[in-house]
Formats: sequence, C-alpha cells, structure tokens
Amino acid sequence: MRFGVVVFPGSNCEMDCHHVIDKVLREDVDYVWHQQTDVSAYDCLVLPGGFSYGDYLRCGAIARFSPVMEAVADFAAEGGLVIGICNGFQILLEAGLLPGAMLRNTSLSFICRFSSVRVENADTPWTNAARQGQVLRVPIAHGEGNYTADEATLAALAEEGRIILRYCGEDGEVTAAANPNGSVDNIAGICGEGFNVFGLMPHPERASEEILGSTDGLLIWESVMAHYRSRG
Amino acid sequence: MTELYEELGLTEDEYRDIIRILGREPSKVELGMYSLMWSEHCSYKSSKPVLSQLPTRASYVLQGPGENAGIIDIGGGLAAAFKMESHNHPSAVEPYQGAATGIGGIVRDIFTMGARPIACLDPLRFGSLESPRQRYLFSGVVAGIAGYGNCLGIPTVGGDIYFDECYDGNILVNVMAIGIMPKENLIRGQATGVGNAVVLMGNRTGRDGIGGASILASQEFDETSQEKRPSVQVGDPFTEKLLIEACLELLEKNLLVGLQDLGAAGISCACSETAARGGVGMKIELKNVPLREEMDPFEIMISESQERMLAIVEPRKLDEVLATCERWGLPAVVIGEVTEGDMLEIYWYGEKVVEVPASSLASGPVYERAAERPAYLDEVQSADLAALEHPSDLNRVLLDLVSGPNLCDKRLVYEQYDHMVQLNTVVYPGSDAAVLRVKGTSKALAVSVDGNSRYVYLDPYGGTQIAVAEAARNVVAAGGVPMALTNCLNFGNPERPDIFWQFKESVRGLADAARHMELPVVSGNVSFYNESFGTAIYPTPVVGMVGLIGTLSTRRTIAFPEEGLVVAMLGDTLDELGGSEYLRLVHGMTAGRPPALDLEVEKSVQTTCIEGIRRGIILSAHDCSEGGAAVALLECCCAGGVGATLEVDTPLQPVSWLFSESQSRFVVTLREEDLGALEDLAASRQVRVYALGRTGGSRLIVGDWIDLGVDEMKAVREEALGRLLKG
Amino acid sequence: MKVSIYVSPKKGVLDPAGQAALGALKSLGFGEVADVRIGKYIILRLEDIDAGKAEDRVQEMCERLLANPIIEDYRIEMGD
Repeated sequence: MRFGVVVFPGSNCEMDCHHVIDKVLREDVDYVWHQQTDVSAYDCLVLPGGFSYGDYLRCGAIARFSPVMEAVADFAAEGGLVIGICNGFQILLEAGLLPGAMLRNTSLSFICRFSSVRVENADTPWTNAARQGQVLRVPIAHGEGNYTADEATLAALAEEGRIILRYCGEDGEVTAAANPNGSVDNIAGICGEGFNVFGLMPHPERASEEILGSTDGLLIWESVMAHYRSRG
Repeated sequence: MTELYEELGLTEDEYRDIIRILGREPSKVELGMYSLMWSEHCSYKSSKPVLSQLPTRASYVLQGPGENAGIIDIGGGLAAAFKMESHNHPSAVEPYQGAATGIGGIVRDIFTMGARPIACLDPLRFGSLESPRQRYLFSGVVAGIAGYGNCLGIPTVGGDIYFDECYDGNILVNVMAIGIMPKENLIRGQATGVGNAVVLMGNRTGRDGIGGASILASQEFDETSQEKRPSVQVGDPFTEKLLIEACLELLEKNLLVGLQDLGAAGISCACSETAARGGVGMKIELKNVPLREEMDPFEIMISESQERMLAIVEPRKLDEVLATCERWGLPAVVIGEVTEGDMLEIYWYGEKVVEVPASSLASGPVYERAAERPAYLDEVQSADLAALEHPSDLNRVLLDLVSGPNLCDKRLVYEQYDHMVQLNTVVYPGSDAAVLRVKGTSKALAVSVDGNSRYVYLDPYGGTQIAVAEAARNVVAAGGVPMALTNCLNFGNPERPDIFWQFKESVRGLADAARHMELPVVSGNVSFYNESFGTAIYPTPVVGMVGLIGTLSTRRTIAFPEEGLVVAMLGDTLDELGGSEYLRLVHGMTAGRPPALDLEVEKSVQTTCIEGIRRGIILSAHDCSEGGAAVALLECCCAGGVGATLEVDTPLQPVSWLFSESQSRFVVTLREEDLGALEDLAASRQVRVYALGRTGGSRLIVGDWIDLGVDEMKAVREEALGRLLKG
Repeated sequence: MKVSIYVSPKKGVLDPAGQAALGALKSLGFGEVADVRIGKYIILRLEDIDAGKAEDRVQEMCERLLANPIIEDYRIEMGD
C-alpha cells in the first residue's frame, strides 16, 4: 500500500507521519509537495498536522488553495482514501471536503496532552480494527479544535454514523468534563459521506509506538490498511 | 559627532579607538555599527576576561564557545548542537513577542550550525504573581513561547519557572534549544573564498527593534519621529519554519560555504562576524536588501528584523541556492561578495558609506571591571536559623509548599507547549530531565536546566556550583551520563563593583564545578543590566545540561513505578535550611548559607546512581532539591499514582530532615532483593544508602510526621497555578 | 451607544498574517494587491454613560486592553 503525505509550507507533522508509515507500519510512503497536481500513485493521502501558511488568516484557509488540493478533491471524489489530522482536518473543512468549521478552543489556549476518544462507529475504513465503543488514548495538540456545524449537518452526521470519534473520559463516558476544546457533541473526528475522507483532531501518529506511551493510534492505520487490502 | 558617540553609548576612549583604527573620523553609519558591536550585549567587553577561565574542551567537543552554538559528538556519526540565551528585556516590553522572538533567535542559532532543532527548554523567572502586571507578563511569555515554538514544530520539553520579588522589576526569559545533525553537515558562521556571494535570505528588513534606547536617543526628533520610533520585533514563525527547511536542504545538498543568522545588530553583526571569523573582507550593496518600508543605510545596518539568514555561496552554486529558496517561498538576494583583505565595505546606491576592518567590529574593547564583595552578604549569611520556631503541622507545611508558585505542578504551562511533535519525547515534562530519543539509534539525550538564584544570592560561588551539580543530577536521575553544558548568566549592572563581584564569583563557581565534574562549557550567554530603579535581580546563572543515555531501556522517571518496592535515599541529609523554599515560605526569609556542596561527594553519588540504573537495580530516581526530601517524595508519589509508607531514623529535627535542601541526594526505588547490591555499589564510593520503607497504598506516610492521600496531594499541586493566576 | 474600534498593526511593524494573505491572494491571481494589513474590528455597546465622557473612556479601554499600543494602532468611531 502506498501512502502520500502532503507537505504544505508550514506543515510540521509530515515527518512524524512519514516515520510511522515507513518505520512502524513498513508501508511505502512519499512526500507530496503542495504544488504537485498528480496524486494517482497513492492509495491513501495523509494531510498532516502543523501550521500551514502559519495559520495566520484562519487555520487551513490558505492551504486549501494549494494546487495539490484540487488533486486531493478529485482523488476523494473518486473514492480515494484521505485522512486529515489536526491541521489536515482543518484544511479538509476549509476545502469543503468535510462539513463544519473549527473555532478556537474554549480555553483560548493551545492544548497538548493525551486525550481519550471513543470509537463511535467501528464499521468504517478508518476504525474497522477497533471495537465499537473502544476508548483510544491518543494525544491532541491544537489551539483550534473546537468543532462546530449547523443543526442539520450535525443531525446528518449523527444519523449516518459519520461521527467517528468523540472525546470521553478514561472510562468511555462522553461528558463535558472530558471535552478538551468545547467541540460540539464532543466531536473529535468525522467522515465525509462516502467514509473515504476522515478528519480528526487527535494525532494517531503520536500513539503508534510503545515508547511514546500508547499504541492506540495504530488501530487507525491498521484499519485503513485492512480496508485497502479487503478492497483488493 | 562628539555628541553622537555619547548618545550611542560609546565612551570617549572607545571613540578615540575608533578614530585610531580608521585613521579618520567615523561616518554616522560606521559609528552606529561600532556602538552596537562594541555594546556589552555583542562584545562581552566586561565578561570576556572572566569567562576565559571556563573549561571548554573534551575529546567529544566539536565546537566550543565563539560560534552560534556549541556542538558535541554523540557517536554513530551524529552530533548535538545546543545553546541558551536570554530575551529578558524585549520580553519585559512586550511579553508575547519578546518571548516568541527569543525562541526564534535561539532556534536559528541551532540550524545555523547545520542541526535540525529537536527541542526547546525555557527557564523563566517572574516576580510575585500577586501583582497583576506579573500575571500579565507570565501569561504573555508562556503564550509567546507556545505561539512560536508550536508553529515551528519544535517541542518545548522542559524548563523551569521560579517566582520571587527580586524579579518584580525585571523578569527573565531564557531560552535553550538543542538540535541533532550528521557530523558532516556541521557548518560555521564563516565567510571564506574571495569572490563568493553573500546572500541574504528570509524576511524583508524593517525598522524592527532599531537599537533600543541608545539609538533612539541619537535620532533627531522632528515631525517624523513618531514614525521612526523603534518598533518591537514581531515574530513570524511561519517564515522561520521555511528558513529551517530551506537551510537544512541547502546544507544537505552541500551548497553553502558559511551560514550565519541575523540577531542583535542585524546585518552589521552578521557581516562583520562572518568576515572576521573567515579572515576576509566583504563588500555589500545595501540597495539590494529587500525592505518593508523606506529606510536609510544607518537603519538598514542596525535593524533587528527577525527570521533572516546570511549565507556565503560559491558563484557556481548560486542559482541552485536561489532556486531552493524560491521553492520554499523565501526571498533570497545577493547583497554582496567576499573580498580579499579584511575590510568591510558597505555601499548605498554605489556610494561607499562604510569602510572598516571587519575584525575591529567583531573584537571590541575589553574591560577589567572593579569588583567588591557586597555588604549584604555578611548580614544574610549570619542569620540565626537555630532560633526559629517551627510549625507542628507538617502535613500543612508540605501542602503549602507544593501549592506555592515555585513547587506547584506546571502542567498548565507545559500543556500549552506542543511537547510531543517530532516523536522524540520519551519522558514528558514533569520529571527531572526531558528525554529525547535519537531516531535510528538506541540512544537518547537527557536535557535539564537549573538555577536557584536564592542560593547564588546567598553565596555566588557555592550557589553557582550547585546549579551545575543539580543540572547534572537531573540528567543522571533520567539515566543519562552528563556530557556538556551551556549557560545563561543573568546579572545586574556590571559597572557596579558589588554586582561584578557576584558575577566573578559565580563564574568561578561555574568553572570550578564544571572542571571538577569534567563537563565542558560549550556555549553560553551573558545578560547584564537586569535591574530596575537601581535594584538588581538576584544573580541568576542558569545551567543547561545535556547528557547521553546509551540505551533507551535505561531511561528513568521520578515516578514510583509500582507497589512493593523499597524506597531509599542515596546520600546524606544534613541540617541545612539556609536558602530553602521552606524558609522562604514559612518564615518569609531568604537567609543563611545555601546547602554545602562537596563536588567529590556529588560525583560519587551521581556515579552510584548511574551505575545502579545501568545495572537495572534502580527503577526510578528523583533528585532531591527544592523543598527537600518531603517534596521529592510527594512528587514521586504523585507522578506514579502510588503511595509509600516510610520511617526515618535521624538525629535531625523533623523539619530539617523533611525540608533541608541538602545536595548530592536521590530518592530511588528498587526491588528488595537488590538492596544489598545497591549498598555494595554505594559503599565502594563511600556513599550511604538509607532504606526508608516501601511503595504501596494510596497515602504518603513518613513516620508520624506526614500522612497525606496521594489524590489530595495531586489535586492541591495541580490546581495551585490556576488559582494563583486568577490573582 | 454603539462604538466601533478598528485595531491594526502599527505602521512599520511586521504583520505576518497580512503577508501570508498577500502571498495567497497573489497566487490566486489577484496581482493588483500591493499590500495587506490584517487587524481586528471590535464593536462595543455602551450604556449609562455621558456622551461627553464616552470617547475618553473608550480610548482608555483601547490603551489598556483592546489594543496593544506597543505594536498596534487603533481608530475609534463613536455612534452608528
């Protein structure tokens, strides 16, 4: 399976994703430069975390106009697998590949810590290796992860099982206290209509090695690899 | 011109020197350049003779002081570059941008040497949080560090934060960065090769931070003076991130001869230092410098606009260099060339405005300042501590200590920093040292910063030795062998004999401790004039220690790892409450003598601990320092979520055993069956092991002195800072 | 009473957000854009205050909180 990790100016988790795919998953992986317009060589595109273009205007607002994003949109429209992590999620929202928008964390501060998220739908390309309701321990690191969307969108997301991850306590309880950033309905990750596009604020690449304190992030990588293989 | 040199802060003798060097009166631009390059900040004219006693060599030191950062060989073809510096004054003016640009500057020092920056650590000192101004400065500094460092994708993995009234008028923002590189990528800030191009990369130049007060005073005030007000430097981490990637790519492709960042004194400093180090001259045309606004040559030469680099490039590689910068979206232009001789010639639209020997700028005057032992020392050192009445509720004292600003949990701060990006942080903040794995090897670096200014105030020589010993001890507790150190020396006005005496004694302590412990000083920074309204801060030397962990599996944290382990104290506890946090908090005193430090004992205790860890005997280790044994034990319990039941057999008073900050001690855990082996290891080094009891349960019980629930202690420690910040 | 406050980076102070937006606009084909400065627009509603004193009070709010006079300029518009 060949992954492409998209590099925008200001991305800063691209090397982390590359490291995990290459050294831990032992799959093929290349960097995809933001000016590249052909992504046909890849089975899965990763939009990594960071501060694309400094995130000075709005998170992801400038990156979405990168030439590569048109290719990413076409790739997604044809059913290609796309995962946006943190800033990558924000870019997918700005690009309209996922619904909704991000606000600043209610604390108004950047937050970096391990968080617990509950798998709300284990029947997706991204979570099939996890159990429904399984609690994953995965770090978050963001200043704007406060997801919001209008009522109709939220209803549709819930109805169609497209809310994939919710912030929860260690016991799996979804509570206001377990919500680190004010995200509506404790939403930590959502999918697009075809489930092939996935955006999430937690960083699975930071929880993919024992030595870093958790391997729960591996479930997400392993899910997409299993999905790809089952598709043949 | 006579008035101008004074306004620029030059002395009459210095002005005469300039005339002697040039054989004529300097131009205004030249005078501005000399005033900056010969300022204390750039020239180290007061500190240089004192710093010369620091040990700087070891077989593994690849680069000592004098370059942008120090570099040590860590084996396997890799090297680590690191340095610490101060951004005190800019942070006091505008805390967010001051701290942010501090990060920017220290990070540039690291990748300028060819290393990828892998971590930052920030020692911070503030006044009392009871003051709204201090709360504002604190929040601003922390947000600035987070805003800049997080955007760069460089984890902030450690640091320390102390609050004391002595910083009410002058906060300290020190920053340390560390990077890793393949040895062959090492590059220096040197211009060589006559005919090579001088390339300016990065942000356009504006009037940022133009010279501060001295230059402002030199400007003629007229209707445009409001616009000419020196503007605060604003950080642009996005451009810095592009600079990091572009520079590392240029070095990887072997396209550069020399690389230098632009910091204090901007183009003046970068050109003169690179030329002087390379023993060459340089010819610069300032009209080629990309500007953000209209500026004259004087302003361009001294602007401190951030996120700029100077590269020396062979003509045949120039196109590829410019193309690489373009690909990263970075402005890059040729502003001049390397010439024979040692003259720095600056042109402005073809007209020569500067012609000075580069070396004369880079090596300024040197002063032997007067030093005199300050009068306060006798008074504070002779304070009678024996007569103090101690409180009887020791549980209360312990909780008060860990809910005070200095010893409370700093989670609220480090969770604002991305401390995980790059996937190297394998011991997170909150332990004695941060541990960063070196990918592709089984090794890791252990890094810690330390500097208790209260000790240094009470005894500049001994207190500074403690800073070295404790930074090394922190590295040891994490399982590392200390290798080398950097430092930032924050003092008051060096022209005052009492302050300069503090400085000299402190550096003597640093030198003696470093020499004795065989730790080369590979880089550092001096910050003088840290005072306001004539009151200086406590002398505050801060040490940054880097150590090597040979195999990742021997890394340790402070946390009690499980139940049923033996808890032991390595090293002796003495009746030493002088300078302690206890004395400050309970009795409101900063007095007495700091704890004694015997460097021979220190080394023995540290090698015992390292050996115990290496052999798998010691399972957790925590340096025993501020707050004494009681606070150390509490921290071990909180970090591990495990209690302990302990008994102490001591002739000391309870408060002395619990809260004395005696040096050369570790709290360790080990299996019962290994106790004999540890005692043998220790005995062969004349070190005592005191078995105190066992881990287990949900309470910390120390004889009939302390009995507290772990959950309660955790809650008290964790909620304290948030409460203090609310005022 | 409605008060509008426009906060913008001081002339000569680097504005990274403006620079980033400028670059993006140019790359989207808006070549005519020569400069971008990005600031904040703050709307206040005041009550129980003497119209004569209001402007001074708002100015003080700007100096002390709403703007950072070290790096930002501000402009106040009183009324709708």
